[in-house]
Amino acid sequence: MRGFRGMLLGLMVSVGAVAGAKAQTVEIEYWQYVFDARVKAMNELIKRFEAANPTIKVKQTTFPYADYQTKIAAAMPAGQGPDVVQLFYGWLDNFVGAKFIQPLPRDAFPPAAIEKDFYPIVSAMKRDGEYYALPTAVRSLALFYNKKLFQEAGLDPNTPPKTVDELLDMAKKTTKRDGAGNMLSAGITLDFPGQDYHWWRETLLRQNGGAPYSDDNKTVTYNSEAGAKSLNWYADLQRVHKVGQVGFMDEGQAAFRAGRAAMTIDGSFRLGAFGGIKAFEWGVAELPASADGKKANFASYWVNAITTKPTGEKLEAAKKFLAFVTTPEAMQLWLETVGELPARKEAAETEKNLNHPVYGPFLKALGYSHATVFVDEMAQRQVSLDMINRVLLQNQDAKAALAEAAKAEQPILDRFYKK
Amino acid sequence: MNASSSRVDAQSGARLSSGLSMRQKQVLWAWSFLAVPVLFYAVVRFYPTLEAFWIATTNWNLLTKPSFIGLANFKRLMADPVFWQVFRNTALYLLLGTPISLLLAFTIAYHLDRVRFLHGFIRALYFLPFLTTAAAMAWVWRWFYQPVPIGLFNNLLAGLGIAQQPFLRSTTQSLPAVLAPAIWAGLGFQVVIFMAGLRAIPTTYYEAARIDGVSNGTILRRITLPLLKPTIVFLVVFSSIGFLRIFDQVYNMTSQTSSDPGGPLNATKPLVLMIYQTAFSSFDMGYAAAQTVVLFLVLLAVSLLQLRLLRDR
Repeated sequence: MRGFRGMLLGLMVSVGAVAGAKAQTVEIEYWQYVFDARVKAMNELIKRFEAANPTIKVKQTTFPYADYQTKIAAAMPAGQGPDVVQLFYGWLDNFVGAKFIQPLPRDAFPPAAIEKDFYPIVSAMKRDGEYYALPTAVRSLALFYNKKLFQEAGLDPNTPPKTVDELLDMAKKTTKRDGAGNMLSAGITLDFPGQDYHWWRETLLRQNGGAPYSDDNKTVTYNSEAGAKSLNWYADLQRVHKVGQVGFMDEGQAAFRAGRAAMTIDGSFRLGAFGGIKAFEWGVAELPASADGKKANFASYWVNAITTKPTGEKLEAAKKFLAFVTTPEAMQLWLETVGELPARKEAAETEKNLNHPVYGPFLKALGYSHATVFVDEMAQRQVSLDMINRVLLQNQDAKAALAEAAKAEQPILDRFYKK
Repeated sequence: MNASSSRVDAQSGARLSSGLSMRQKQVLWAWSFLAVPVLFYAVVRFYPTLEAFWIATTNWNLLTKPSFIGLANFKRLMADPVFWQVFRNTALYLLLGTPISLLLAFTIAYHLDRVRFLHGFIRALYFLPFLTTAAAMAWVWRWFYQPVPIGLFNNLLAGLGIAQQPFLRSTTQSLPAVLAPAIWAGLGFQVVIFMAGLRAIPTTYYEAARIDGVSNGTILRRITLPLLKPTIVFLVVFSSIGFLRIFDQVYNMTSQTSSDPGGPLNATKPLVLMIYQTAFSSFDMGYAAAQTVVLFLVLLAVSLLQLRLLRDR
């Protein structure tokens, strides 16, 4: 009996010793999905953070994108999971609803400072006056154009289109067909499932005076005159002007990369892939404005948030880490490693960045970008795809297509906000 | 422990085993060997199957706790136009796929059975697609269907001066276009099974028929087909289940990094793909489980019906 008691005492002492040692270095866990450049950038940030905070260790865990949400959902209720987590901005409501993440502590992240320093699109992270997450980097859309094809068509390779009318004109000039009328090279790629559905919803629609959703995001509002006008304009690129064709070369970005499309609209995240193009020179331009000069763009981003798991010391460590990965320094590193744009105006709008031939157009767009608040990104995307398919494949009238899409999308919003 | 107590143990052990009959011992042995696979199946197959029935009655997005909502998921399913479209597609895959593939496989097997020259080589060629990964094959076919200048079929058509066909970009042509490689992929397996069935028919029947001067057509109808019935039953059930749960071909031929699996306009979407999307893209687990239950019932009904119809009278 005495032996047992002694053993227990010994055990308690050693547990105490381990706990004591732990108090000196706090380990927190960070989760994100696997994407080489992002993992590399985060490793570098962690290295710098640990050098500045020797008592904190950060462990990075990554998962394939397809499993990412499922893993978080499985780990969090079991009390495992991360202390700081990366999530897509569109998932925020689900994460808040499930009590996975906590509001950012006001002492370390005062809302007024966030609103002053970050681009206005981060307001999508605010619920009932509290911010829940902050981005390191954001992405926007721009027009990529093939300078070689521009030159071949007799256009100035350094003057990309500034308005949608110019875009159409240049697309007409750069489209190539064989004798039977089959497309050999597109003027502009039409890839609605790619980025075009964002281009239509947040750019073309707004340029025509419409808005995709009501301000509280609970009602579909694209079923309007502006909706029909913008959808017709987009569909006419294929229907009337035949400067692009859905499915040409399988995907828009594949067509552009193969040198078989003069223009394509894509995100800053495509820079890495297009960087490998050797056969021709390409340029980047801001999305064309409407004829009356109205500009609009779509921004999306991944954010970092503190989960409900850490308390006490770990919470303090998590706060420090989150603050660190949202510093201008971290953002510049992220831009250079991943190609994603800084979320702070101060970090983004340096002379060097704004005049950068590739980053510049994306950065300029951040001031007039909207981040769509999705409740079920995949289902909502499907509604848009079906809409454009009905117009292009079944010749449905744009107004009827919009009405049908609104009828399909409204229940998705209703189901979510009813909860 | 001492020697005497262990002797007692041994004696009682001996009494216990001698108390069992030979048959009981065999059963005991059989079950102790079966225990591992039975347990495995119970945990990874049967338990989740039963669990799916329960999840089907809940509203669950993985993140929050499932809440019981009765039959609401099934009601939503019945009112969902996409579900009926998908149901129709699944039926089309089955009703087109099974007869066409069996007819082709039988025709090939029937004639291949008579070919002596390079027999093994030709048979291997037919079997080859069956060995290929469905995803790889689907991607090759997907490129076959592309428009000019990269699509094989459309380049051929354009070369002959015929208008391009939209294939996968059409609501009417896409389902057959997806079905074709699925049939092609399964053909080799069916041919081999049919040939085994043909070889199993005793040659004496054919000899007797020839002596009687019976025509080839009659031999086929009166001897070959009736005696092939077990083979046909097996292949019908097997390929029906295959077409009812078609997924790889559709997913790989209609989706890309950011696209429209089962499209355009759900024209190629089978039930399994709808379940996958509901569960792992929309994270609507309850609704997905309800769809799974429906698929389970359909598979069950189709299999039972076929077994009954094709059963020996």
